[in-house]
Amino acid sequence: MLPASAVQPRLETSGLTAYYGATPALRNVSVGFAPNQVHALIGPSGCGKSTFLRSLNRMHEETPGAHAEGQVLLDGHDVYSSKVDLKKLRRQVGMVFQRPTVFPTMSIYDNVAAGLRLDGRIARTRLNEKVENALTVAGLWEEVKDRLHTSAIALSGGQQQRLCIARTVAPAPEVVLLDEPTASLDPQGTQRIEELLFHLKEKFTIVIVTHNMQQAGRVSDTASFFYLGELVETGPTRQVFTAPKEARTEAYITGRFG
Amino acid sequence: MRRRVRRWKSRVMVGVLVLCAVLAVLPLLLILGTLIAKGASSINLAFFTQTPVPAGESGGGVVHAIVGTLMIVGVACLMGLPVGIGAGIFASEWPASRLARSTRFIADVLNGTPSIVVGVFAWTFIVAKQKHFSGFAGSVALAVLMIPMVMRTTEEMIKLVPNSLREAALALGFPRWRTSLKIVVRTCMPGIVTGVLLAVARVAGETAPLLFTALGNDYLKTNIRQPLAALPLVVYKYATGPYDDWHRLAWATALVLILVVLVLSLASRFATRGRFNAPR
Repeated sequence: MLPASAVQPRLETSGLTAYYGATPALRNVSVGFAPNQVHALIGPSGCGKSTFLRSLNRMHEETPGAHAEGQVLLDGHDVYSSKVDLKKLRRQVGMVFQRPTVFPTMSIYDNVAAGLRLDGRIARTRLNEKVENALTVAGLWEEVKDRLHTSAIALSGGQQQRLCIARTVAPAPEVVLLDEPTASLDPQGTQRIEELLFHLKEKFTIVIVTHNMQQAGRVSDTASFFYLGELVETGPTRQVFTAPKEARTEAYITGRFG
Repeated sequence: MRRRVRRWKSRVMVGVLVLCAVLAVLPLLLILGTLIAKGASSINLAFFTQTPVPAGESGGGVVHAIVGTLMIVGVACLMGLPVGIGAGIFASEWPASRLARSTRFIADVLNGTPSIVVGVFAWTFIVAKQKHFSGFAGSVALAVLMIPMVMRTTEEMIKLVPNSLREAALALGFPRWRTSLKIVVRTCMPGIVTGVLLAVARVAGETAPLLFTALGNDYLKTNIRQPLAALPLVVYKYATGPYDDWHRLAWATALVLILVVLVLSLASRFATRGRFNAPR
């Protein structure tokens, strides 16, 4: 594994500050994420890691009264530029949430196809192919291939979450953001998602928020520790976990607070 | 000792509550029973296919009122439902906007407005201007009654859709309008349909706003610009008339009217079972 600094980052922030109303929840964060790696964001509740994640695809500003300042660069282009098409950005930077958010009125197939159909009409065979690919990538194809046109809410929680991953990767994003994707799952469902991350990073750049230290240790290549709205430390996961440079990082990782 | 006292208190209270529940449904059962007892015997094929016969002769039906009610309520739906549903979507998507807050307040006031006031409104602005009564004026009055009801239920139903679903659609790149229509509104469609059916059931039985708008008509007419008959108007006319035959028809018409309302209410229950919303 190369150190993060040796390659051009796919996604990079510079002086990113995010507000709810007039209160900054995140202050002056500058960090880069190298392509095809899993980047974990860790820290206690309310430390700003979710806010940071939501600033990367501009979902943060969908909260009433929220806004962000500073830069987020995707392949060197500022996503906060006024020229950016939000639809295009969010298809380049996909997002999976804490709880499965399948669309309850749609079948399994239509859920995966939902993002693909935004581009207008698409040939049936092409769509079939893309849906199958996305479900395969999410490790769900074998389980649902015989019931693609049945209700998506009949799936188990873990399957629903993998369906959400399939829906997110179907439009072929560059970056996939995951906000505590296993928080509502049982250990088995959690394990499947964690295994999936190893395959996903071959195709995508992954940023994952997690509360679970063991999970961060297992799945990530780099770790960034947030505390009270600031980025305290970032680096290769092993180094952050075994030889943190900051006293606060060490205190959190060894379980003295948080 | 104290345990027995407690048990007795419990029994008395449960008894009182059961009595309240019975009292609550008793009027409905009494109404249905009376209507069936007095009206069912007059319901036959002629009742649904014929127009009234001259006073004194027996027989005749209320097909003119059935057609009239369908037309007046149908046109009211064409006008009221798009506006009501649209306003509901607006108020739930921009809940804090000044327009949404004032619209919500006005809708609540309008919901509590006596329907005869709405009838006077339609009379002033349509009947008095055109110098003749018309089914259309009745439709306008009913539409005005429907809009606030439909708007508020639409808004409440949309509010029940979890915000996470909206966010998921936005994060997929859905524009806001598409998120609203394709994801949020579709998710709560059964609830909106329920609200619509209940609103239709309510206005179908309205009499006061039709008295000086649609006016009533003894002949089968299908021109919405003319005075039209309606089931509640027929009940009113026949029940207050001097002939026994009229009274019988009034009972039968009232029975039909309540059955229509009942069917619509039942339909609204089935509407909540959508394709993927099996009862749990």
